[in-house]
Amino acid sequence: MIALGQFLEVLIGGLMSGVLYSLVALGFVLIFKASGVFNFAQGAMVLLAGLALVRALDLLIANGFPYWAAVVLGIGFAAAIMAMTAWLIERFVIGPLVNQDALTLFMSTIGVTFVLEGAAEMIFGSDVYPLRLFPTDAWFLFESLFPGGILINKLDVWGALIAGILVAGLALFFQWTKTGRALRAVADDHLAAHSVGIPISWIWFVVWLVAGLVALVAATVWGTKLGVQFSITFLALKALPVLIIGGLTSIPGAIAGGLIVGAGEKIAEVFLGPSIGGGIEYWFAYVLALAVLLVRPQGLFGERIIERI
Amino acid sequence: MRAPDTNEILLQIDGVALSFGGVRALRDVSFNIRKGEIRAIIGPNGAGKTSMLNVINGFYHPDHGAITFKGRTRTKMQPFEAARGGIARTFQNVALFKGMSALDNIMAGRTLKVRRGLLWQILRYGPALAEEVEHRHRVEEIIDFLEIEAIRKVPVARLPYGLQKRVELGRALAMEPDLLLLDEPMAGMNLEEKEDMSRFIIDVNNHYGTTIALIEHDMAVVMDLSHRVAVLDHGVKIADGTPDEVKKNQAVLDAYLGVAH
Amino acid sequence: MLYRETGQFKTAYAQDMAIFPIRQDRIGLGILLGIAFIGVPLLATFHIWPFGRDYLLWAILLPFLVLALAAIGTNILVGYCGQISLGSGAFMAIGAYSAYKLGTGVHIPLAWLGFAISIPPLPVLASILLGGLAAAGCGILFGIPSLRIKGLYLAVATLAAQFFFDWVFLRVPWFTNYAPSGSVNAPELNFFGAVVQTPVERYLLCLTFVTVIAFLAKNLVRGNLGRQWMAIRDMDIAAELIGIRPLYAKLTAFAVSSFIIGVAGALWAFVYLGSWEPLAFSIDRSLQLLFMVIIGGLGSIMGSFVGAAFILIVPIMLNLIPTELGVPLSTETITHLEFIIFGSLICYLLIKEPHGFARLISICKEKLRLWPFPY
Repeated sequence: MIALGQFLEVLIGGLMSGVLYSLVALGFVLIFKASGVFNFAQGAMVLLAGLALVRALDLLIANGFPYWAAVVLGIGFAAAIMAMTAWLIERFVIGPLVNQDALTLFMSTIGVTFVLEGAAEMIFGSDVYPLRLFPTDAWFLFESLFPGGILINKLDVWGALIAGILVAGLALFFQWTKTGRALRAVADDHLAAHSVGIPISWIWFVVWLVAGLVALVAATVWGTKLGVQFSITFLALKALPVLIIGGLTSIPGAIAGGLIVGAGEKIAEVFLGPSIGGGIEYWFAYVLALAVLLVRPQGLFGERIIERI
Repeated sequence: MRAPDTNEILLQIDGVALSFGGVRALRDVSFNIRKGEIRAIIGPNGAGKTSMLNVINGFYHPDHGAITFKGRTRTKMQPFEAARGGIARTFQNVALFKGMSALDNIMAGRTLKVRRGLLWQILRYGPALAEEVEHRHRVEEIIDFLEIEAIRKVPVARLPYGLQKRVELGRALAMEPDLLLLDEPMAGMNLEEKEDMSRFIIDVNNHYGTTIALIEHDMAVVMDLSHRVAVLDHGVKIADGTPDEVKKNQAVLDAYLGVAH
Repeated sequence: MLYRETGQFKTAYAQDMAIFPIRQDRIGLGILLGIAFIGVPLLATFHIWPFGRDYLLWAILLPFLVLALAAIGTNILVGYCGQISLGSGAFMAIGAYSAYKLGTGVHIPLAWLGFAISIPPLPVLASILLGGLAAAGCGILFGIPSLRIKGLYLAVATLAAQFFFDWVFLRVPWFTNYAPSGSVNAPELNFFGAVVQTPVERYLLCLTFVTVIAFLAKNLVRGNLGRQWMAIRDMDIAAELIGIRPLYAKLTAFAVSSFIIGVAGALWAFVYLGSWEPLAFSIDRSLQLLFMVIIGGLGSIMGSFVGAAFILIVPIMLNLIPTELGVPLSTETITHLEFIIFGSLICYLLIKEPHGFARLISICKEKLRLWPFPY
């Protein structure tokens, strides 16, 4: 029998890495809710934000800035880059494509993905850059209960904490600020919002900016875990099945979907993997999403859509 | 107006009710459509007219009630089955296939009549080609009838609204339906276009003997065109009869003039 | 000769329904096919410029033909039927590995049942076509979700196909005949006794496949089934109300598309690569095919060729032109530039001309028809 301790360790590790998926998925949900765009470029935005941050940090530290100042300035620089990206995307891609069908918008974000990836690597370089913002050592808990205790990575705990803060912050933003309320109005109906004088292009810029900042946060955690590198975009792709499982329009869904995927794939890999060749993690999330789609197309937390003609 | 030859009932609606969430779009509506007649459904905005058409061709499934079409009773059916049963439809907001030419749109209406399958269509030779040409003949007849020869190869997205409505009627006619549902066929048209469309509707009814149920806001048109009129208000049928009867009905006048309920 | 329809009167609908109703187009196509089938092989055989070395044939024309074929398949699904697919690469892989297994002999030991299924190695042609059929089968399987889910959701379903099959061909040794490195070699390309070996022969083989399949695909998209696909793409609800069964229309699109992509995959593996690894059919390939279709023109067979040519030529130009100008770019920079160019071109075309280069060409033709008196 598999030890309970081992199971718990795998489960917790999985949940924690699931939080990281949720971080990327959050960015997707924000944009989808506000503009109906299924943003394939979220992963590329994580890469861009991470590269901007890590390269700025390296440069500042090399020039003798104290660590804390370098971090503040680096984050500021990366945030500015994301703001610029948001503006460019709104101005040149999403703005002109307003009222196009969802498929066209989706394909345009694939185009954006390639531009961002190419530009990010051309400007900031295409190596693996280590990022050390958070501690990466481990705790061992419950050593008295289980032989060897349960290993928990401190970084994962940080990730969970940050995700929590982020969700709370977003909730406050949507609930209490004028822009947040306007955003919800736009999400309900573009034209109606426009007609009562909400400036759509400004709102969409804000949405992409917030999504860019969420990507920056995700990049700090991902980057610390894996180093900032191109393959981050593939991990970010996993946010797609996370979204499908959680429901495209639900922030709690993004979190829950991330946790389900994270825990599910780790457990499947550890307990099922050895018997069928390993590497299940590679596809588990997608096939799980496929199964969810067949049973409950709107996702676990999504809203049912009534069709009209 | 020439009255239909028979009193045979083509479609019978019995006690149909439909609601969305808490909104009751239709409440216990019953009426029938006789074979060969032009039947109008009128009513103020939000009366449930379009919902009624959606129920008839299977797009909405009613909560209660039964629908008898050509002698077969059912409560639930898929839109595809309705089409196969001989119900064709046009839409309030034109629902053409935007990326296709007018000709292709109407040709698509022939789908149910196509007999040759995938492999024949790949070869497009011999019988398959002959069949395609045969369908093209039928479609060209419709194109002549609707007087849209000049635009047959134009992508429909480029056509003005009035012509789009005509192409949509053509697509419905290509199905050779037994029952044709027209959802506001004249909405947004100018007088001349309305006259043309009225002429087409009467001609379809006369030449092909197609039974027609239509929703329309323009009272003059409705009264001129239809043999019988049913009036809906807030999902309830408040009157039913010949245009003259309906015109004199007090409930109808109240509904249209907005007497407090 | 001017590009004019004047004087070409059609007296039967069949004439109006021909692939190229205008005579000049037919002549142009004839010349093109003549060059492709006779001119190129002759030049290449005698090593006449620009076929001095086999570079043009190997590095450009061969991949162009096979990828154009795969792009046709992708276009049928994405461009004609409106079902987004990020899994074309996986269906190429299915075609390639199925053809490989059939071409080298299938042996399925069913120890617990006490017997084994064994199929002797099939001829190459049969393997390739059956490889396409296997891809079609998988296409139908992964197309089933499209009946309940739409657009964007389907993208994830096709991603599932992509990652799942990546894994299958990497991790299940049966598919690679237990090759220790995971890399496999194509069987001998023996067509009814004639062995295809030289670049020219390989080129002709692919050209034949592409020509035949492109014509048949064109037949299909301008027939009733093609109209059903486009109807589903443009407005699925209205399509259903005129009697188009979404089930049939979508699954035939998946099947036909996957078949063509599968055949392309088998050709890619057998004829172009010769020996290959699962990496040859990754998500990058899927995105590349999608780009070809968008750039060339959604819903256009000819566009698939244009798109494939463009996607293949840009990197070569990025390599050649700066080198000629004396400022050679590093491989990395070329890759990044490629990304940026393709990405921005996609956005630009989606905004300005969703029907891609194919539409630009047909606009030119329309203008040419009226030239020099446009009114």
